[in-house]
Amino acid sequence: MASSIRVRATSNGDTTEVQALIQHPMDSGFVKDAKGEIIPPHFIQVLTFEYDGKPVFVADWGGGVSKDPYVKFAFKGGKKGDDLTVSWIDNKGATDTTTAKIQ
Amino acid sequence: MNITTSEFFRTRRLVLKGAGVAALIGLGVVPFDVPQALAAANDKYPEEAFKQKTEADAIKALYGKTAEPSDKVKMDAPEIAENGAVVPISATTTLADVTSIAFLVSENPISLIASYKIPAGTLPSVANRIKMAKTSNVTVIVEAGGKLYSAQKEIKVTVGGCGG
Repeated sequence: MASSIRVRATSNGDTTEVQALIQHPMDSGFVKDAKGEIIPPHFIQVLTFEYDGKPVFVADWGGGVSKDPYVKFAFKGGKKGDDLTVSWIDNKGATDTTTAKIQ
Repeated sequence: MNITTSEFFRTRRLVLKGAGVAALIGLGVVPFDVPQALAAANDKYPEEAFKQKTEADAIKALYGKTAEPSDKVKMDAPEIAENGAVVPISATTTLADVTSIAFLVSENPISLIASYKIPAGTLPSVANRIKMAKTSNVTVIVEAGGKLYSAQKEIKVTVGGCGG
């Protein structure tokens, strides 16, 4: 199965800029479907970026984050060719993880 | 819920274990006195803060203190959002020792949108996309050196993004 996570990490010498796009419905639990029934909450709760065995960025999310969420941040360090690991877990306990090479 | 406890603990990675425990708390499977080692402070999902309806309650549940406005917290957001389902917002700060950045929308049914932990070495700047039910104040909270600083801006929404 193709990963739900698309991540691009670019090193520009001192810092590494990371952009991630994740496929996820991010249902808040407040929206009704066409039949007028509430769509139950289904959203990513924790998204973690790890570099060199340590978390460099942790997102705690609620249902207020947009569908197919996008996030961008940067951290000091990171070399071209190094691995950056991204993983998430949602409120139903589903998880996904991927590893990207810093470019 | 079609996932069992054992499936959680088959997960090898420590971070996911922490997150898994947080999710279990959410399901009411594990009592709140989870061993600190597993729910390592930084990995714990702030379940309660994401249940609060008002901005003040959410900030209190998340940090246990109040924020003071600061012009060192910069928010980049549109004046008018045509689509409340996807409002691009970014925040950055010149404050030192930043440990977290949070986004709140006061008029949303659940005020807290996202809380980002910023470990040492990560730049205090984050961009994301949020949902807005209607025109509302959006608040960015920056935790720096143990204190809270905030910036606020009203964003007009023409089509709400929280259904209804």
